[in-house]
Amino acid sequence: MKFPIFMDNHSTTPMDPRVLEAMLPYFIEKFGNAASRNHQLGWEAEEAVENARKQIAKLINCDAKEIVFTSGATESDNLALKGVVEMYKEKGDHVITCMTEHRAVLDTCKALEKRGIKVTYLPVAKDGLVSPDDVRKAITDKTILISIMMANNEIGVIHPVAEIGKIAKEKGILFHCDATQAVGKIPVDVEALKVDLMSFTAHKIYGPKGVGALYVRKKGPRVRLVPQIDGGGHERGMRSGTLPVPLIVGFGKACELCQQEMPTESKRIAAMRDRLQVQIMENLDECYLNGHQTQRLPHNLNISFAYVEGEALLMGVKEIALSSGSACTSATLEPSYVLRALGVGSDLAHSSIRFGLGRFTTEEEVDYTAKRMVEAVKRLREMSPLYEMAKEGIDLKSVQWAVH
Amino acid sequence: MAYSEKVIDHYNNPRNMGSLPKDDKSVGTGIVGAPECGDVMKLQIKVENDRIVDAKFKTFGCGSAIASSSLATEWLKGRTVDEAYKIKNTDIVQELNLPPVKIHCSVLAEDAIKAALEDYKKKAAPGAAQGERAVAQAK
Repeated sequence: MKFPIFMDNHSTTPMDPRVLEAMLPYFIEKFGNAASRNHQLGWEAEEAVENARKQIAKLINCDAKEIVFTSGATESDNLALKGVVEMYKEKGDHVITCMTEHRAVLDTCKALEKRGIKVTYLPVAKDGLVSPDDVRKAITDKTILISIMMANNEIGVIHPVAEIGKIAKEKGILFHCDATQAVGKIPVDVEALKVDLMSFTAHKIYGPKGVGALYVRKKGPRVRLVPQIDGGGHERGMRSGTLPVPLIVGFGKACELCQQEMPTESKRIAAMRDRLQVQIMENLDECYLNGHQTQRLPHNLNISFAYVEGEALLMGVKEIALSSGSACTSATLEPSYVLRALGVGSDLAHSSIRFGLGRFTTEEEVDYTAKRMVEAVKRLREMSPLYEMAKEGIDLKSVQWAVH
Repeated sequence: MAYSEKVIDHYNNPRNMGSLPKDDKSVGTGIVGAPECGDVMKLQIKVENDRIVDAKFKTFGCGSAIASSSLATEWLKGRTVDEAYKIKNTDIVQELNLPPVKIHCSVLAEDAIKAALEDYKKKAAPGAAQGERAVAQAK
C-alpha cells in the first residue's frame, strides 16, 4: 500500500495517466493558439479543442457549441449567475438557490445581493435534499434564475434536479445547476434534467486543474450572458482569453474515460464505499451517517463520530488524506454550514468526517482506513470527557455549558 | 495545518490522561468549553497539604486542545495552589508553539486550571457541604 492513502476525492482527484498522455503533445510540439486561423499550428490546436469539446458535450448530452471553457467551476458559477442576472435585469431581480450550495454559488449570490438582487436561500430537509415544492413556492414574477446544485460536495446527496428543471421550464425561468461533483460520476443529461446552464470542472474527474466548463443552452431557450471577462471574444463572446489547449485536451479525454467507465466504475466504487461504511459502523457505536441513505453519490460517505472532534481524529490517522466538517479545519472557526443546514447539531458537525473514494481507491485501502478510523475513534473517546459523561448516564443536552 | 512537534508528542503520548474521583474532598474538578464550540476540557487536581500531588485531564477537542490540557497537568503537578494560579495561557502558547488560530485552546486550558482550583478551594473551605461541586451541573 502506498501512503498517504487518498480518501479525499471530492476535493480533487489525481490525473489519470491516460489523460496526461493525451495532453503531452500540446505543450511543446503542438503549442499553437487555437485562435490562430492562419497557420498549421493554430489549426491543429483548434482541432484539438473542438475534439475535446465534442468529448465533453457527449458526456452531458449537449451540442459541442454549448460548451464554454472557463478556468474551473468557480468561474463557471460566477459567469452563470452574474452573467444571467446582468443580462436579464429588465425582467426581474430575484434569484433562488439553496443553503447547502458550494461557496462559489453562495458567495456569488452574496455579491449579487450587494448589487440589489434579492436572493432566496432555500432550506434543506434532514436528509440534505431540497424540496421541488419549496422551489415552486419561492418563485415570484420577479424570479429570473434558479440555481440548485446536482450533488452536494460534503454529504454527496443528489438533489431532485430533473423535477426542479421541470418547474423552471414550466414557469419560463432559467435554471443553473452546479454539477461539479456529479459529472463523470453519475449520468448527467442536460436534456433530461432540463437545465439551461451547468457548471463542472476537469480536476474532479481525473483531469487537470485549471480548466472547467459552463454549459449554456442554445435552443429552447437560447440563453444569453453578459461576459465577465472581456477580450478577444472567444467562446461565442461569453468568455474571452486564450484557450489552455493542453488542459482542454485533458478535460476532453477525462470526460471520454468517464463515459466509457462509469457503468462499471460507479458500481465498483459504491461497493467499496458501502464496505467502508459497514466496517466502520459495525465496530463503533454512536456513528451517524450525514445525508440521505441512498440518494447520494457512489463515492461519498460522511459520518459524524459522537464525542470526538474531527480535526483531532484526522490527526490520529494522518497517513490517510481525509476532510472534516470541524471548525478547526476551516478558516472561519464555524463548523460545516452544510451539516448545520441539515439540522445536525454543532457538536456532531465538529465530529464529522468526509470520505471520498475514487477511481484509484483499492479494497485494501478501504479496509485499512476502516480499521484505522475505528482505532482512532476508540482512542479519542477514551480521552473524551463527553464520552465519559455519556457513559455515566449524563444527558449532555441538559448540561449547562459555558459557551465561549 | 502543520502541528509543532510538541503538540504531536502530547497528542500521541498524552500525559496524565484519565480521571480522579470527583467526589473526593481533596480533588478539584474544572470542566470548561462546550460541545457546540468543538472543545470541552476536564481538568482535575488532587491536593495534599496545599500541594498538587496529582493532575488528570480528559479533552474533547482538536490536537492543540489535547496538547494544551496535557501540558497543563504536567505543569500543575508539584505546585502549590497559589503557584498553580500563575500558569498563564501565554506560557502554553509559547511552550507548544501554537499558531494564532489555536490560542483559544490555551485560554481554555488556563480557564480549566482556574476552574479546578476554585472547585478545590470551595470544597476545602471550612463548612463546605460534601458533594456540592462547581462541576458543570445538570439543569
